[in-house]
Amino acid sequence: MAEIIVVTSGKGGVGKTTSSASFAAGLALRGHKTAVIDFDVGLRNLDLVLGCERRVVYDLVNVIQDEAKLHQALIRDKRLENLYILPASQTRDKDALTAEGVERVLNELKEEFDYIVCDSPAGIERGAFLALYHADQAVVVVNPEVSSVRDSDRILGILASKSKRAEENAEPVKEHLLLTRYSPEKVEKGDMLSVDDVLEILGIPLLGVIPESEAVLQSSNAGVPVILQEGSHAAEAYKDAVARYLGEEREMRFLQPEKKGLFKRLLGG
Amino acid sequence: MGLLDLFRKKPAGSAQTAKERLRIIVAQERAQRNTPDYLPVLKREILEVIRRYVQVDSDAIQINVEKDDQQEVLELSISLPTDER
Ligand SMILES: Nc1ncnc2c1ncn2[C@@H]1O[C@H](COP(=O)(O)OP(=O)(O)OP(=O)(O)O)[C@@H](O)[C@H]1O
Ligand SMILES: [Mg+2]
Repeated sequence: MAEIIVVTSGKGGVGKTTSSASFAAGLALRGHKTAVIDFDVGLRNLDLVLGCERRVVYDLVNVIQDEAKLHQALIRDKRLENLYILPASQTRDKDALTAEGVERVLNELKEEFDYIVCDSPAGIERGAFLALYHADQAVVVVNPEVSSVRDSDRILGILASKSKRAEENAEPVKEHLLLTRYSPEKVEKGDMLSVDDVLEILGIPLLGVIPESEAVLQSSNAGVPVILQEGSHAAEAYKDAVARYLGEEREMRFLQPEKKGLFKRLLGG
Repeated sequence: MGLLDLFRKKPAGSAQTAKERLRIIVAQERAQRNTPDYLPVLKREILEVIRRYVQVDSDAIQINVEKDDQQEVLELSISLPTDER
């Protein structure tokens, strides 16, 4: 049975698109047929992060408005044969996404794919609501910072009360915390909320911690999901998160500052 | 980094403040979730009435809605400044 995963956050710019791209690529790497949908109508970005911006012909809104067939709009990734992208429209018409339209597209995708990853826009308006409405599972992307934590708690409230599963009194949407842009050095200095702090406040299971990493910028410059950047900590952390999502046990990594001098090492610091 | 830094116990930076503030605001917002939409307006109006008699801060009023199977209870608590009594 196909599974719908929403990548959401409330607050903007916390790493939803980066995480959607890498998470979807990670599922595809593990052999699962995966589609990733950009719900950010008017501000399409996922295509850039995945490096397929020049191959966009049709988009989500075209499919919803019956101007194109789903398979005409889906872009197959050049690197991963199991990964497909459904780009967002650049239209400025905010009502272009309809609830029925989104449902129809998702149902059609479900017949062909194992996982459908929905990259939510920021905010709690229509686009964000439609992205999460059908979700079976939610990856809540949070930065260790006050406004991001607070906004993500609001999103958790919406998942629990306004999602399809909530409306139908079905089993609740399964929630996962993905803490990104984590800087162990700042945590050690006491200037950044720690993983445990955020967990204590939000109280949902931890899927992974993605360190603040230059590799993210470099790979988005290149149009490659960072999970494919061999050897980078961010890639390793995303791979771990995908493995955990698939039910494997992986120890959390990159939570400690990188050890520097010999003196510190001798002290075990 | 000085030698002492290596042995310090808990860091007491701004993160601690962030955590405390978040704990309070998140708890407050969770309590307000699924409460009637008129609560904020009700709170404002009650505040106005009280202020005709006593100067209170805007956080002096706490409104809660408690639900169980049988009934809903609107709980209102107002703390007055001590010197006004
Ligand atoms: N782990 C990380 N380390 C460093 N930079 C990061 C990391 N994750 C994301 N970024 C950077 O943060 C910025 C925002 O990321 P992204 O576009 O994925 O966020 P978003 O939540 O999708 O934003 P929006 O709400 O606008 O859709 C980008 O410049 C991205 O490169
Ligand atoms: Mg985005």
